Amino acid sequence: MQTIDMASTPLREVNSTLQAQKEDTNQKAWEIINPKGSHAIACGLDGPIEVTVRGSTGYYSAGMNKQAHVHIVGSAGPGVAENMMSGMVIIDGDASQYAGATGNGGLLVIKGNASSRCGISMKGIDIVVYGNIGHMSAFMAQSGNLVVLGDAGDALGDSLYEARLFVRGKVKSLGADCIEKEMRPEHLEILADLLERAGADAKPEEFKRYGSARQLYNFNIDNASAY
Amino acid sequence: MTEMSKGGSGIPRTVPRKPDIFSDAVNAEIRRAAATGIYDIRGGGTKRKVPHFDDLLFLGASISRYPLEGYREKCETSVVLGTRFAKKPIELDIPITIAGMSFGALSGPAKEALGRGATAAGTSTTTGDGGMTEEERGHSEKLVYQYLPSRYGMNPDDLRRCDAIEVVVGQGAKPGGGGMLLGQKISDRVAEMRNLPKGIDQRSACRHPDWTGPDDLEIKILELREITNWEKPIYIKVGGARPYFDTTLAIKAGADVVVLDGMQGGTAATQDVFIEHVGQPTLACIRPAVQALQDMGMHREVQLIVSGGIRSGADVAKVLALGADAVSIGTAAMVALGDNDPRWEAEYNELGTTAGAYDDWHEGKDPAGITTQDADLMSRLDPIAGGRRLSNYLKVMTLEAQTIARACGKNHVHNLEPEDLCALTVEASAMSGVPLAGTSWVPGGDGGY
Repeated sequence: MQTIDMASTPLREVNSTLQAQKEDTNQKAWEIINPKGSHAIACGLDGPIEVTVRGSTGYYSAGMNKQAHVHIVGSAGPGVAENMMSGMVIIDGDASQYAGATGNGGLLVIKGNASSRCGISMKGIDIVVYGNIGHMSAFMAQSGNLVVLGDAGDALGDSLYEARLFVRGKVKSLGADCIEKEMRPEHLEILADLLERAGADAKPEEFKRYGSARQLYNFNIDNASAY
Repeated sequence: MTEMSKGGSGIPRTVPRKPDIFSDAVNAEIRRAAATGIYDIRGGGTKRKVPHFDDLLFLGASISRYPLEGYREKCETSVVLGTRFAKKPIELDIPITIAGMSFGALSGPAKEALGRGATAAGTSTTTGDGGMTEEERGHSEKLVYQYLPSRYGMNPDDLRRCDAIEVVVGQGAKPGGGGMLLGQKISDRVAEMRNLPKGIDQRSACRHPDWTGPDDLEIKILELREITNWEKPIYIKVGGARPYFDTTLAIKAGADVVVLDGMQGGTAATQDVFIEHVGQPTLACIRPAVQALQDMGMHREVQLIVSGGIRSGADVAKVLALGADAVSIGTAAMVALGDNDPRWEAEYNELGTTAGAYDDWHEGKDPAGITTQDADLMSRLDPIAGGRRLSNYLKVMTLEAQTIARACGKNHVHNLEPEDLCALTVEASAMSGVPLAGTSWVPGGDGGY
């Protein structure tokens, strides 16, 4: 285990050290201490390494992550794992706004609650939230899966495209063009796999599935009030 | 009121008179909206007449200033962009860049032609809302990668293989508006790059998904720099809304370069009402932006690129004289490639339009093969020949700007200054801060927003 102390190591050095770890690295386990809410910690990683951040982080932690497993032992600020491509990001605490925004792949696990706009514009990422999520989550979400063990706030899935949303608790309101959909066997299978990979204690049968009604895919003046 | 008689009765009558504000064009649009229930969507920039660079003139040299010999004394045109923070600033031979235009809106061969032309002329081209294609990366020696609200195709590998990053906050054709690519143009390739189903309308958000104000933007830029090892110049592109404040905030947020796009700047497709009624003319935007740079002590340290209606070397020279470092062209570059060429007049007529007026780029039926994803149509543009035309045009513009700069006694186009200009109209004088010709009068006070 390599340890980097951010009390004495500048952000640039932290990230360049982690970013330098590629496929062939033999230094696969890293620990960052004293993050003190710094922004952009462990962003742009592209190697099969495990990074444990001991403490809470600021904006855009693990942004654009590829391959790496990043574990934040604390809470994460806005835009955690934004535009993630692959790998895994786990947050033990809560996540602020835009968690997993525009993510293309990989798995984001939030063990606490996530704030508003969780999974906004997601493009293939899978997100599992143990707690609740805030308003406008999965806005314009294109693809991927958002799994919420708790409740969802207002306007879930507004202007949704093809992403799948699974919520176990209450949904305060659905956004434009988002509807409850039938839970078919293939969805239960997807859900079971995600819950297992996220280490979440829940049964697929307890969830409801939401998705796009696909009524706003091509403009029609009679739907103008929904835009 | 003119008199006329009817039927030889000899009784004077009034002639039929159409209201100015309800012209044939206005009424036709009302009828079209009533029949279809859809607002008019089109490409391009504003078509209305607004004060522009034609309303400015250069004074030239005289006894008080002497000119440079046209073919003997050098007049430099190079520009370096990104000197503030980037480890690897972009060095261009000419102060004219190619503006962002998306693959999706434009065909693959058109993007290749832009790359070829820009590279041959020693300048950069820019991606658009749809990600980076091999055509443009492969043929653009210097490529600016746009970071847009939609983040279509955004990935860290392309971020690292670009030469600069342009965070797009807005554009002149539609400040405050998002993008739109209608279903007709969503081919398999476009759909795959954007991770959306084929054939559906693609709504690009007007706001970034993971930041809102300038404080957030500063942190976003920090992230982008961290991901790219602080190598890439970071541009911030804004539409011509409040250029003084937007430039100030872009500098505060950490921009290396500010790109300012006036209302003549084109778009692939948006509502006509947006294009014609939101945003300020390019001429009105430059001086407030330059003032902001000067007030922040950042003029020439943060570079300013101006776009929106640049057509000739004279326009280039005027923009630089007003204090910008470079210009960017989009519409003019498309025309150089062959857009709206009268050789396709018969086909424009079939589409209900005429060469020079064709703007339904979103429909994907472009006879010139530029704004289309149709395989047959796009094959009409030879990217090598198109690239050659673009590089010719860029070189002509550069020579024109040099000609003017030499006439003003400047050995670098950046040495042009507002004192080399006068304005032909009161409006242009007020907007540009340049005195009305024949006077020392500059109306308009201390400048705008």
